[in-house]
Amino acid sequence: MTTTSLTKSRGAGRAGDKVFSAATLAAGCLILAVLFGVALFLLIQAFPALVASPDEIQGGKGFVSYIWPIVIGTLIAAVIALVIATPVAIGVALFISHFAPRRLASGLGYVIDLLAAIPSVVYGAWGAAFLAKEISPAYNWLASNMGWLPIFQGPASATGKTILTAGIVLSVMILPIITSLSREIFLQTPKLHEEAALALGATRWEMIRMAVLPFGRPGVISAVMLGLGRALGETMAVALVLSSGALTASLIQSGNQTIAAEIALNFPEASGLKVNTLIAAGLVLFVITLGVNMIARLIITRHKEFSGAN
Amino acid sequence: MTATLTPVKKRSALTKGQLPKSAPYLVLGIALVLGAAILALIGFNALGWGLVSAIIFAIGLVGWSAAVEGSRRAKDKLATCLVVGAFLVALLPLFSVIWTVLVNGLPGLLDPGFLTTSMNGVTGSFDNKSVEEGAPVLGGIFHALIGTLLITVLATIISVPVGLLTAVYLVEYGNDRPLARAITFFVDVMTGIPSIVAGLFAAAFFFAVVGPGTKTGAVAAVALSVLMIPVVVRSSEEMLKIVPNELREAAYALGVRKWRTILKVVIPTAISGIASGVTLAIARVIGETAPILVTAGFATSINYNVFGGWMASLPTFIYTQILNPTSPSNPDPSSQRAWGAALVLIILVMVLNLGARLIARMFAPKTGR
Repeated sequence: MTTTSLTKSRGAGRAGDKVFSAATLAAGCLILAVLFGVALFLLIQAFPALVASPDEIQGGKGFVSYIWPIVIGTLIAAVIALVIATPVAIGVALFISHFAPRRLASGLGYVIDLLAAIPSVVYGAWGAAFLAKEISPAYNWLASNMGWLPIFQGPASATGKTILTAGIVLSVMILPIITSLSREIFLQTPKLHEEAALALGATRWEMIRMAVLPFGRPGVISAVMLGLGRALGETMAVALVLSSGALTASLIQSGNQTIAAEIALNFPEASGLKVNTLIAAGLVLFVITLGVNMIARLIITRHKEFSGAN
Repeated sequence: MTATLTPVKKRSALTKGQLPKSAPYLVLGIALVLGAAILALIGFNALGWGLVSAIIFAIGLVGWSAAVEGSRRAKDKLATCLVVGAFLVALLPLFSVIWTVLVNGLPGLLDPGFLTTSMNGVTGSFDNKSVEEGAPVLGGIFHALIGTLLITVLATIISVPVGLLTAVYLVEYGNDRPLARAITFFVDVMTGIPSIVAGLFAAAFFFAVVGPGTKTGAVAAVALSVLMIPVVVRSSEEMLKIVPNELREAAYALGVRKWRTILKVVIPTAISGIASGVTLAIARVIGETAPILVTAGFATSINYNVFGGWMASLPTFIYTQILNPTSPSNPDPSSQRAWGAALVLIILVMVLNLGARLIARMFAPKTGR
């Protein structure tokens, strides 16, 4: 009886092994195929817009002159978000990894992670209904006192729905990403380096500057780039907060537009060549974010190899 | 004689040149009082009070420290102030968002029928009436709840097998081969795909395969799967990696086939982590707006069929109610519905997040010792 069950199970088992390993391999390849498919299908659907005669594209001057103002707008919003979020995120990461009491640290980390859990459309609604209103006096102040700077040129938007507000909302949204990755890197600092610095009489800040920050630099850079990738592709915060318009240098007037928001605002009602144009815009966004993410991931992978931490 | 023995209160040489332990509290008290006084002159508000007090506190503590302890300690104090300040600044938007949603969302949520009716037949004239004559605000989010539920369930059904099998391949069969490395790398890259691009991909795919203008719940589910699969792969991979090798070896030593070992030993051991990872992935995609916006359109009536017709969802409901109010002249009822839906959405996401933590804790394998 034992032998029969053994022989019975052998055939089934061998086939099962083959089927199962093939299934896992297929799933893995499917993921690669999907990523390839994203590029392929975007390209197929974008093609008509890329080859269309210039006067058929919205604006009447061809695809390039349609896309470049919103590419610049996307970059402006992302840069504002990074400038605000990076120092705060590094501060928060240091606070959780090296300053907060040990017992509180993981709980505080969870509180910051809650920021990532809030849906983007809620951030957009908050930015449009609360932040824009509260912040517009500050814009008036900036316009009257710092107006000589082109980026703060008045008159400030009365509603506060400007690219700067959108950038602030974006910075809140990318903060938890940068924080959690930097925190992981800071926690991996070799204990011996830290203790050596402290034993030589360094204060806590000197220890962080000598041991933690140099060790964490590549990780922080890639965390910031991942945050950049998110900020570039974030849709709702901009679509709801920004009252869009032509490209302007002033951050406190309404105007500017990002690729993602342009797609979200126009795609539902689009038809014909307009659909292809918007998909082409999505392709441009995909290429930009893919590049940023791949560079960030390469930095992380390289860092992993020589630090021995994984 | 006794007089000579009276201990002279003298600071130890070890603590000389340091601020007393109570220094931060002392400075904080002074800063709060001063801040209140300054704010009283220019008009009081809580945020300004906190800000001014924090600045006075930092300057006071760092200045005192520089005078007593020297510049190195003062720099240390300054860094501590900045780092703690960064943390407090990061908390501000969190509380502000939650507070705003609670205050604005409760009236909508408490509206009778909000959770059980759809927007079918609710037109601008009803909203005008409710503003002008005080009639109750009609309309609800039932259709959006159904849409969110169906789309998310379908996305989960697609993503979990693909994601879990990929994770199994990476951990059990990959052996660090070039293919496994490529998959790991591109899964990481996929986590960074903007959600709207995932939506456009699903739309472009179905436009090309089924026909132009195909917008159904299933298209949205495919879009969400593109966002969900990498999250599932990453979390399942981490969990499968920490299953002790001894368990696998024990199973092999008993003559168990590899696939049965994986199904009966490895995955059950890691199931709590996998389940919580899947729950977190659901929490991530349930709030996605942009991909649903470009793939499922927005409906005002209940649609139970994911394969036919436009479908509403909570995030797109919020978006359209804010951007295109049902009654353009009286947007208040629409924004009340939008905030109510936002509150429901946040509660859903928080419950999923908490649930993930509970699952991880409750079903965690006993690791022994």
